[in-house]
Amino acid sequence: MGIRFILMVNKQGQTRLAQYYEWLTLEERRALEGEIVRKCLARNDQQCSFVEHRNYKIVYRRYASLFFLVGVDNDENELAILEFIHLLVETMDRHFGNVCELDIMFHLEKAHFMLEEMVMNGCIVETSKSNILSPIQLMDKTS
Amino acid sequence: MASPSLMDTLFQRGLDDIIKGVRHQQSSTECIFISRVIEEIRREIKSTDLQTKSTALQKLTYLNSIHFIDMSWASFHAIECISSPTFSHKKIGYLAISQSFSESTPVILLISNQLRKDLKSGNEFEVSLALDCLSRIGTVDLCRDLASEVFILMSSSKVFIRKKAIGVVLKLFEKYPDAVRVCFKKLVESLEGSDSPIVSAVVGVFCELSAKDPRSYLPLAPEFYRILVDSKNNWVLIKVLKIFVKLAPLEPRLAKRLVEPICDHMRKTGAKSLVFECIRTVVTSFTEYESAMKLAAAKIREFLMEDDPNLKYLGLHAISIMAPKHLWAVLENKDVVIQSLSDEDPNIKLESLRLVMAMASESNLMETCRVLVNYALKSDPDFCNEILGSILSTCCQNVYEVIIDFDWYVSLLGEMSRIPNCKKGEEIENQLIDIGMRVKDVRPELVRIARDLLIDPALLGNPFLHRLLSAAAWVCGEYVEFSRNPVELMEALLQPRTSLLPSSIRTVYMQSAFKILIFCIHSYFLQKEDMTSEVSDLSSKRECSESSDLATGKALVQSDQDEGFNPRESNQSYEYPSVVDTGDGQSSTPTFMEKKSLMHESIVNLLNLMELVLSPLSGSLDVEIQERACNVLGFMELVQQEFSNPLIRKEANLDREEVIVSRVVEWVHDGFTEELGPVSVTAQDRVPIPDELVLKENLTDLEAICGGVELPAPGSFSLTSPYYGESAVFSVSNLQAEEDSEPSTESTSLLTEHRKRHELYYLPSEKNKIPANDYPPANDPSSSINTNDATEDLVKLADQSLVSKRKPNHAKPRPVVVKLEEGEAAPVVSKKPELKDDLLSGAIHDILLGNEVKAASSQGNPSDKSSSKRKGKAKHVDLLDSKENLAVGEQPNHENPSSRRSKHRGDGKQKSKKSKGKKNGDGREDDGEKESQKIRDHHGRHKSRQRADAPINVVPQTPDIPDYLL
Repeated sequence: MGIRFILMVNKQGQTRLAQYYEWLTLEERRALEGEIVRKCLARNDQQCSFVEHRNYKIVYRRYASLFFLVGVDNDENELAILEFIHLLVETMDRHFGNVCELDIMFHLEKAHFMLEEMVMNGCIVETSKSNILSPIQLMDKTS
Repeated sequence: MASPSLMDTLFQRGLDDIIKGVRHQQSSTECIFISRVIEEIRREIKSTDLQTKSTALQKLTYLNSIHFIDMSWASFHAIECISSPTFSHKKIGYLAISQSFSESTPVILLISNQLRKDLKSGNEFEVSLALDCLSRIGTVDLCRDLASEVFILMSSSKVFIRKKAIGVVLKLFEKYPDAVRVCFKKLVESLEGSDSPIVSAVVGVFCELSAKDPRSYLPLAPEFYRILVDSKNNWVLIKVLKIFVKLAPLEPRLAKRLVEPICDHMRKTGAKSLVFECIRTVVTSFTEYESAMKLAAAKIREFLMEDDPNLKYLGLHAISIMAPKHLWAVLENKDVVIQSLSDEDPNIKLESLRLVMAMASESNLMETCRVLVNYALKSDPDFCNEILGSILSTCCQNVYEVIIDFDWYVSLLGEMSRIPNCKKGEEIENQLIDIGMRVKDVRPELVRIARDLLIDPALLGNPFLHRLLSAAAWVCGEYVEFSRNPVELMEALLQPRTSLLPSSIRTVYMQSAFKILIFCIHSYFLQKEDMTSEVSDLSSKRECSESSDLATGKALVQSDQDEGFNPRESNQSYEYPSVVDTGDGQSSTPTFMEKKSLMHESIVNLLNLMELVLSPLSGSLDVEIQERACNVLGFMELVQQEFSNPLIRKEANLDREEVIVSRVVEWVHDGFTEELGPVSVTAQDRVPIPDELVLKENLTDLEAICGGVELPAPGSFSLTSPYYGESAVFSVSNLQAEEDSEPSTESTSLLTEHRKRHELYYLPSEKNKIPANDYPPANDPSSSINTNDATEDLVKLADQSLVSKRKPNHAKPRPVVVKLEEGEAAPVVSKKPELKDDLLSGAIHDILLGNEVKAASSQGNPSDKSSSKRKGKAKHVDLLDSKENLAVGEQPNHENPSSRRSKHRGDGKQKSKKSKGKKNGDGREDDGEKESQKIRDHHGRHKSRQRADAPINVVPQTPDIPDYLL
């Protein structure tokens, strides 16, 4: 499994989106998110975007007030994951128009669908923005 | 409970209302608000109206994902939602299911039919929902039931669906390995073309699969190669490179072909992620290709030169992968590495620290350590300890291989202990004792350092250093004959602040004090014998030495007074045994014995001091302390008869009693002076089982426990200070047992008992004193640094250019370091990677490839000391040989239809090489094909074996398995 989880967290450390590709209980999730947020949010801009945590790595990137954190296996390509995060943000930007924390809060479902288009079983399967968005737009139209 | 009213349905709050509601709450009232909402949801979700139900579920899903609210109770309602004909309800239901269902969800089987229905649906979005859901929650049963549906979807005309179906295959294979037989061919076919979205999905799947069992995917190498050359998609290229990293060690001929295209990518691409993946591929798998390594190093250099901390970190990381085999890469970037030590980012600092230690060698170790220790003083506590830890682990590698000047190292240990943030007490403890046992020549210095540590009042207050102090105390007791002033040691050991120590360490202090006492009394007796001959000489000698003694004596009294404890009048310091500092304290001969004159009074003082300190302890609540105190007090009573009132004693009595006392003292002294040697962790195994020993059942169990315990890395010998027992050899072995059988305390005590009973069978310590030269140093595969000779030479070469001013100081020859034959421990450790391999795919290899496995896996071991040049060739030959063997053995069985297929595209390439490699090329093509066919076969079987509880409905050798390579 390449990607283990994707988290979006705001500056205050509140989770805004959590997608896991392996089963964790609520308690495990809560503990994990707490630890990761504490570790990553304490870092500043001059520090690198990779943090080793337990037996895997976290690649994170900050966009305005929102942190995107991706937990990956150790042999995953860190830079590619950074690009993946950027792709995700660009995709959301294209859909919501300058995406912000509130967009994700109020359209959590859509955000999940975008992720589902991009990642399956922890593998990145789709990297074209229009391919990712077309089913979502179609669904929007029909409903 | 009343069913939800119409009002509820009409005025139901939507998800947006909840989100807004939560946002407007204070953090204190948030909980109350949420629990009220949950109550509402519980009511609404029971509604018969699907709209109300699904909205309730949607709200619950949101709260679950963001606020960690349990939603397992709603699993049945989620199933109700996905069976709704309305797409939006379905969507909500599926999201809820993929988020909350696990293998243990009781109702999970109920969705099987609905999933099947949706997978067959004409609406592609419904299909996609079902596929996504299956990929998230697929269980063994679901995967088995739905495998055929997924297979059909893999050939769907819609790319959107096909892509997702391929994504699901990974789950299918993992949970229901038999699906391989159905889907694999399709999967391989999907590799056609090089830039469609399908390929990117398939490559992702193969990347994951090959991570688990690379050998099975070797026959697909030509396909991957084509993608590597043709594809323009960086995502795909990165994945393909990852696959090749897994495949390359298995097939040496692959590397030759791959190097060029990879270097090509590295040169041409602008994407940093791809460049980095190429670098990583080269430095992990193609280390023998000089030009590729050079190019990778140049690219790494570019990374390091950039301002981006990410690139810097990755660059350093890549270098550290290179370091063990290609130290030049580290040395080339020495400037950046050193500079990064003071980087703002702790991760970068850590990487650079690793690299700095990788550069350490015999010649520059002292300088490096000096710089690092100074740097540690200025660093934050975490990094300080990282530095100390890496110095300690580097220096003790391969039984202190890099250290020439042990006096220096021991004093470095002392210096490190004094760094305020030091938390490495335990490691330093182990090394102090270990060095004491192994290196005879360093003992005088060691005792000096230990004394400094013991009399330092600041250290007692730091709980992290207590273990270290126990080592210091033990060293002082064990090697007291090298001490210049045993009385001073005694006072340090008995100082009142020792009450700060945990009882286990206090007992070490007491035991050491006892040893020192015995030593003093013993030398007093020796002296007395001499004295009869040279009585007159003594007094004048004492006069002379008094002045030099005065200084130390006073200082000591001073420190005692600081702590508000001064058991003696200050003028008693004149009574201390005077030790003349001859200036060559390191000249190894027992300084104390020869130079001092131990007076009757000083012994009496010692006894008084001990009695004063130990008497209260004889009532201690801690049994260990109490017992030890009582032992010592009891002994002192015996001795005191002789020393108490010499004036009253009669000459006749004196002689007789003294004889008894001196003999007792001598016995104990002999016990204490018996040399302690390091004990190999495998020593126990080498003791032959005596004939008359009947091993009872519980003892055989113990043997299993002890045998199974993972051995600590060689070098880190299980030498802790002997807390117990009068016989030193015994106690060390005792501790050995403790360490060996750590997992089970019960077995420890049993083992201890056993050892007590059969102490006779212990290895005498002398046996272990093997001169270092007779045995090669223990091979420590965990050390990535300086393990092979080639590297060492490189270091030396490089150092001459880099640190030419620092020539190794060989003025003092390196002392002998006692090493043990680690013959048994070494292979165990080096076997570890192999074991892991076995777990994953051992079964298939055993049957399929016979001896090849051994060759390949041992060569795959990066720490294998065998020369890397030979590697390629040897493997090559092995591979071919084993293929030949297989061919001979298997030919008759393989008359199945599948061997009559048209040739695989990739086989051509392999074929031509094979015939080049060996003379008898005929029949080889067939072999190659059979090989790959067999791999497919066994892959299927292997997978099904992985899952023990799966229903076995496959006949082991099914001839009708589709040929995936067609």
